[in-house]
Amino acid sequence: MTDRRPHPRAAGAPMLAAEDLAKHFDVSRPLLQRVLAGEARRTLKAVDGVSFDIPKGTTLSLVGESGCGKSTVARLVVGLYRPSRGRVLFDGMDLETARSDAAQRRRMQMIFQDPYASLNPRWRVRDIIAEPVRAFGLVEGGAAQRERVAELLMQVGLSPLDGEKYPHEFSGGQRQRISIARALSSNPEFLVCDEPTSALDVSVQAQILNLMKDLQARLGLTYLFISHNLAVVRQVSDRIGVMYLGRLVELAPAETLFIAPRHPYTRALMEAIPDLEMTGRQRIPVGGEVPSPINPPSGCPFHPRCPLANARCKAEMPALLPPRGQPDTIVACHAVEEERDGVVPGTTVPPLPAAATGV
Amino acid sequence: MAAPILSTPSHSRDGGPILEVRNLRVEFPTRRGVLTALDDVSFDIAPGEVLGVVGESGAGKSMTGAAIIGLLEPPGRIAGGQILLNGRRIDNLPYEQMRRIRGKEIGAIFQDPLTTLNPLYTVGRQLTETMQTHLDISDREARQRAIGWLEMVGIPAAAQRVDSYPHEFSGGMRQRVVIALALCAEPKLIVADEPTTALDVSIQAQIIALLKRLAREKGTAMMLVTHDMGVIAETADRVAVMYAGCIAEIGPVREVVKAPKHPYSEGLMASIPPLDRKVDHLAGIEGAMPRLSAIPKGCAFNTRCPHVFDRCRHERPELLETGTTLATCWLYDPASEKQVPELLKDD
Ligand SMILES: Nc1ncnc2c1ncn2[C@@H]1O[C@H](COP(=O)(O)OP(=O)(O)OP(=O)(O)O)[C@@H](O)[C@H]1O
Ligand SMILES: Nc1ncnc2c1ncn2[C@@H]1O[C@H](COP(=O)(O)OP(=O)(O)O)[C@@H](O)[C@H]1O
Ligand code: SF4
Ligand code: SF4
Ligand SMILES: [Mg+2]
Ligand SMILES: [Mg+2]
Repeated sequence: MTDRRPHPRAAGAPMLAAEDLAKHFDVSRPLLQRVLAGEARRTLKAVDGVSFDIPKGTTLSLVGESGCGKSTVARLVVGLYRPSRGRVLFDGMDLETARSDAAQRRRMQMIFQDPYASLNPRWRVRDIIAEPVRAFGLVEGGAAQRERVAELLMQVGLSPLDGEKYPHEFSGGQRQRISIARALSSNPEFLVCDEPTSALDVSVQAQILNLMKDLQARLGLTYLFISHNLAVVRQVSDRIGVMYLGRLVELAPAETLFIAPRHPYTRALMEAIPDLEMTGRQRIPVGGEVPSPINPPSGCPFHPRCPLANARCKAEMPALLPPRGQPDTIVACHAVEEERDGVVPGTTVPPLPAAATGV
Repeated sequence: MAAPILSTPSHSRDGGPILEVRNLRVEFPTRRGVLTALDDVSFDIAPGEVLGVVGESGAGKSMTGAAIIGLLEPPGRIAGGQILLNGRRIDNLPYEQMRRIRGKEIGAIFQDPLTTLNPLYTVGRQLTETMQTHLDISDREARQRAIGWLEMVGIPAAAQRVDSYPHEFSGGMRQRVVIALALCAEPKLIVADEPTTALDVSIQAQIIALLKRLAREKGTAMMLVTHDMGVIAETADRVAVMYAGCIAEIGPVREVVKAPKHPYSEGLMASIPPLDRKVDHLAGIEGAMPRLSAIPKGCAFNTRCPHVFDRCRHERPELLETGTTLATCWLYDPASEKQVPELLKDD
């Protein structure tokens, strides 16, 4: 498939560019069983044709229901998976080239969801944090290394004395701080954060989100941020990409997405959020079940759940295009393209009609 | 005994509350001494009422639920207080008797649907067996009701899906089956521990709507444990905020969420990222909840409380009237030397 132009390019050279990225997994049964049952190979398209840029010093977030491919994009972007198609450019360099050069590799780091699983339980915190410092030969000599570790611990709001302890002696939030200190130890410029606060309580989440924003302001970091919590995403993002079944369905500046969401799936996600303000707003669930990425629906993959679906939607995959009057946004929806989604640019977005498929 | 806010008079009927928890204390004997996991926890739940229970991880929410359904993990034990179901004590019953109450009078919903469902039996069989253990009904009747329950929890084409195995359902559908299982023996009380935490917002909304409807229509009392404040705001009638094994604050949902009176509730609510705007800095609570072995003397929150004063470090606060809720905080004792700060006053 071709890269679908036009993509609104944000100003400034991107730290990272994903171009028509795809990752397909072979989920066939073993050969013999498959032959006996007369089955064909089965491919799961976890990510299928995703393109975006992240300008330096900004945050792009990816949101979407579980299984839509967010973590797979994260792993592709840091080189933990090889793409089945497309490529990643890191500061203008091909990712494969960049990954083979230690000087480039140290510029990108990843923070994972689970602060319990991602730290080696047998190492002292100071060794966990110093490991990238040593591996990349960033600081010479034991004394200088100790100083760097102390500095990193303080940067994430811990005490230099905490370096002597082991991970199990810390709470979940403190462990996530240790993961961040470790990720920062190689002086990265680009951080991929996959659900960094999902395992944490709200009070701890607030601490970590504040820390991440503070580090970005001080060190000019670029983030790819992944979360299923839209309120969290609103606090940290410059731009937001909404994913559905392995594809981007909408990509917009953060504030635009919240004020004027265009794709019916984005609008449904917003309407499904619990109403904390207790304004009496009715929460409208997204109807239907998430379809299988092994057998995605024909045409627009959202059509079985979409209240605006018509015959064209069932037959033809919509392209990512900027809606009229919203040059910074791209949306993959025929209804938006045909302007039959009931939204007049510059007005508030009316709620969607009830989903055709029901519960 | 029970102050008005503890028992919401608007909901109680002639028979009074379905569940009464009175001064509950749960202890864990360890090699290094006895740890107090729950200390002096009291609340009621009326018929048709949903009590939300919130608080940080480790606050004692699940422990409270486990004590009520009689499934505390040894060596944990109830060391004090009482639990009454329809006025009858259930905290001191022998295991067998409690097991029968658990299926029939109390329904439990846990976070992970796969641990509750038996992968080897169809969902229909699991439903009919549960019903027939507790209700005197024929096979035919049980099957009809099983289909009815699946419809009730929103499983499409229930008559066809009743003979499916759990793995043939999606995660959200399995969680709905678990809920049907907890409800099908028509319990008076449902204890739901993080029933929607593992689900996407879209499916979460369906399940919450269902639980709410059941409480209303069937008059079931429900204890809903979650740390998702949005779920609480839409579902609960009252909320109990727990901290370090105690109830920090309890009161009507609107009051606790929008005008919290306890400094801990205030910090917890302020930590929630707003959906309707972007803020530069999220207010939060500094530090972390103490471990059970290191709970400070006096008020358990005194190491993190922005309003701490001398009395908090020596004396353990009681549950006090705040005007709209009850809070374990010395600020609300007129005899204290410190006044309630502006931040915690009603607007
Ligand atoms: N077997 C045990 N021995 C000693 N302490 C225990 C034991 N089980 C639980 N605890 C402690 O009891 C307290 C309450 O635990 P509980 O699981 O009820 O918390 P919770 O509020 O449900 O947390 P979460 O949100 O993480 O489920 C915690 O401090 C926990 O560490
Ligand atoms: N190694 C793998 N082998 C097969 N399927 C995978 C693998 N990793 C991910 N998937 C599938 O790809 C899809 C997207 O996964 P993921 O990116 O982890 O989703 P999420 O949005 O929840 O992070 C899911 O259907 C998942 O089951
Ligand atoms: S293309 Fe059609 S089915 Fe897809 S989101 Fe738009 S209106 Fe709905
Ligand atoms: S009793 Fe004191 S320390 Fe505890 S919450 Fe109230 S003011 Fe804070
Ligand atoms: Mg993921
Ligand atoms: Mg729990």
